[in-house]
Amino acid sequence: MIRDIFIFLSVLALFSAVMTVFARNLVHSILYLILCFFAIAGHYLLLNAEFLAIVNIIVYAGAIMVLFLFAVMLLNLNKTKRITLSRISLFAAVISGGILLLVFVAAIRKNTYMVNPVSLGSDFGSVKFLGKILFNEYILPFEISSILFLSAMIGSIILIKKEHR
Amino acid sequence: MINYQSTLQAVPLNWYILVSLTLFCIGAIGIIYRRNSIVIIMCIELMINSVNLLLAAFSAYNGNADGQIFVFFIMVVAAAEVTVGLALIVVMYRNINSTDISLFNNLKW
Amino acid sequence: MLLALIVLLPLAGYLLLTFAGKYFPRSSGGLLASLLVAISFLLSMGAFFMTRQHGMFVTGPFSWIDTAEFRASFSLQADSLTLVMSVMITGVSALIHFYSIGYMKEDPLINRFFSYMNLFVFFMLLLVMADNYLLLFAGWEGVGLCSYLLIGFWFKNPEYAKAADKAFIINRIGDLGFLLAIATLYITFGTLKFADIQTQLQSGIGVNQMTLITLLLFTGAVGKSAQIPLFTWLPDAMAGPTPVSALIHAATMVTAGIYLVIRSRALFMLSPLSMHVVSAIGIITALFAASIALRQFDIKKILAYSTISQLGLMFFALGLGAFDASLFHLLTHAFFKALLFLCAGSVIHGLHGQQDIRFMGHLKEKTPVTFITMLIGALAISGIPPFSGFFSKDGILAAAQQASPLLWILGLGVSLLTSFYMFRLIYLVFYGQYRGETGSWDPIHESPRIMTTPLIILAILSVISGLINVPGLFGGGEWLGNYTGLVQVMREGDHLTEWILMIITLLAVSGMILLARNRFTGKDIPEVSATTTKPIGRLLTGKYYVDEIYQAVITNPLARISDTLYSFVELKIVDALVEGVGATVSYLSRIFRFLQSGSVSFYLFFMVVGIILVLVLNLFM
Repeated sequence: MIRDIFIFLSVLALFSAVMTVFARNLVHSILYLILCFFAIAGHYLLLNAEFLAIVNIIVYAGAIMVLFLFAVMLLNLNKTKRITLSRISLFAAVISGGILLLVFVAAIRKNTYMVNPVSLGSDFGSVKFLGKILFNEYILPFEISSILFLSAMIGSIILIKKEHR
Repeated sequence: MINYQSTLQAVPLNWYILVSLTLFCIGAIGIIYRRNSIVIIMCIELMINSVNLLLAAFSAYNGNADGQIFVFFIMVVAAAEVTVGLALIVVMYRNINSTDISLFNNLKW
Repeated sequence: MLLALIVLLPLAGYLLLTFAGKYFPRSSGGLLASLLVAISFLLSMGAFFMTRQHGMFVTGPFSWIDTAEFRASFSLQADSLTLVMSVMITGVSALIHFYSIGYMKEDPLINRFFSYMNLFVFFMLLLVMADNYLLLFAGWEGVGLCSYLLIGFWFKNPEYAKAADKAFIINRIGDLGFLLAIATLYITFGTLKFADIQTQLQSGIGVNQMTLITLLLFTGAVGKSAQIPLFTWLPDAMAGPTPVSALIHAATMVTAGIYLVIRSRALFMLSPLSMHVVSAIGIITALFAASIALRQFDIKKILAYSTISQLGLMFFALGLGAFDASLFHLLTHAFFKALLFLCAGSVIHGLHGQQDIRFMGHLKEKTPVTFITMLIGALAISGIPPFSGFFSKDGILAAAQQASPLLWILGLGVSLLTSFYMFRLIYLVFYGQYRGETGSWDPIHESPRIMTTPLIILAILSVISGLINVPGLFGGGEWLGNYTGLVQVMREGDHLTEWILMIITLLAVSGMILLARNRFTGKDIPEVSATTTKPIGRLLTGKYYVDEIYQAVITNPLARISDTLYSFVELKIVDALVEGVGATVSYLSRIFRFLQSGSVSFYLFFMVVGIILVLVLNLFM
């Protein structure tokens, strides 16, 4: 049964990813991507990464994608401009992407991965567990990421400001 | 919730890797194919998420929580990056009134 | 320390005059230069009196080239030979410097002249005081350079500049031999210091190697001292100011070759073949040059050929093993040849630039001091007792007679020619009637005292310097030979024979002088007024056309080869190659320019392709 859930979620993720790339309408693309994020959140739940799943939905699907929608709506990018995309581009993209996939698969084909039999209990992936690790070993990157956010905010505001003649 | 041990037994790790790589390549295709800069940024997000999935899978299968912490930080960075990227798109739109990147071809021979 | 001071004072003069020359008023530059050389002279005399017979000054060694394979040091040594040479060099140079203050007074570039003269003295002193062949070569090159600078001093005249080039290039040919000699010396002995080579000689070196080394050294000497076949630069070098001719081409630079052979006498004596070569070239050059001097009409050119001839005599003596006679003649020749040149300069100065003796005459009335000093010089060079030339030439002739009577006859021939052309010069310039343009007689004047005083001093020296090496024949002590340790044991000849030969020589020389007087005074002098001359006369006047032969056989073919190489190799091959590189780059860049298309998707596509390539290379390597 787990396997079925896994396959279902994977197909959903892949399908929505493909639709993201090939949808004509911009808003449709964004919505398909949101669907993809939900599928991936489902995968996280399968792996008992509860925290990641929720954060994925809240931050990615909830904040970042909404930000995308805001940008699209505010700039009025939704007007259908028929951008004719060239066939050559499609062929080049698909072929190179395909070859990339092939190379990746070839790379991992012969590998066998050791699964660590150590059982960590069912709280593995819970907020408490991750929080303990995060605030004990990774406190420094945590703090620095705050500076990262600060710089991103300042950067984007500065970029947006209109010059006063 | 779900006993993830059963996941570990039911689904071999290779499948996760395969899914992740496929998502990555779809994102790569999208970058090359689409000319709308917003879609390109979205495909970049797709690629980032595929990597997140891979990391989470490895973390679960190896019993090491470091992978999930890494995912956490990747999300942080992705959020910041999207912010700045969208700001750039706004500026770009102001200049040429379009988001088509093929219109940005002045830096050539 | 003393040696360093002697050597470096003229260098200081050069540096001061070169870099601060424009701050010196015109007259004081010359005075400064002359005083510096005079101080060097006094210091040399001091060193000379300090050492006497034995003892040697050494300065250094200062490390110059210091690699694992090759070591050469910058150190000076002054044994008796060096001290004698340096006293002569600094003394004569000081006199000529003072003379030049008067001679070059109107020249606007006078400070540059004196800076070059000082530099020359520095290099010459370095040459004689070096303690290894490499430093000697450095001084050797340096005097060649200064010779070039000074000959071409009036560089605005292209003829003079060409003469300077000729001097330098022909010198260079000899220097190639010297360089090869240095290399061979190093290979054979592993060192270039004179002292070390002397000690190594006792262990026996092959004759062939010695012959090679000494012949190569002699090649350098031939170039520097203007022997056959590298002599053609010296007459052309008369294009420089007369003090330059006196200093460089009479007393010092051209004697560097003799000094080199004397310094390397231990090497030469081990190779009989080289000694024969040296003698042969010496005597041939002496006769050859003397014959040319018989028919020259430029006062300086006569003296130039005379110098070549006397140098030939010196080499002749060296080849016979009579090193002390050669050194003696070098010293006396320095005095009287410098005197003759300075007198010639005084005459030219008095006649406002006239150098052709066909337009002179009866000058003894107008320039008495110059006349008397020049007469003394002529008597000295002809070998009339008690002037110095008599004693020094007698030494050479005695050595020749000991080797073979034929050589003595050849030496006698040179002496006869010498006295003849010298007195031809005296009679044509100072006696008879004035043959210059009408109206140019009155402005002729005697030179100022700053010019005539060195003449007088040199004349006195020409008289008394015979005393330094009076041969045993006259009861003298042969002081010079003993002091420098050059006395050859073989010179104990039969006294009676020597007396007889000496008297024969004297009579012959006096006969030549009277013959010259007969021909060249009086109303009608054939060779001056004749319009056509016999073929021998033309040959001699044309200097046996040696210059023209060299031009045709060597210079022109080389020039043509160089032109061919230029037009073919340089233009078509080398240029094509170099420009081809540029053309290829442009071509390739035109092809690869499309990569900068400007479209971002294009770039992204290539990024993915790149990643694929990297992965593939990593996986399947």
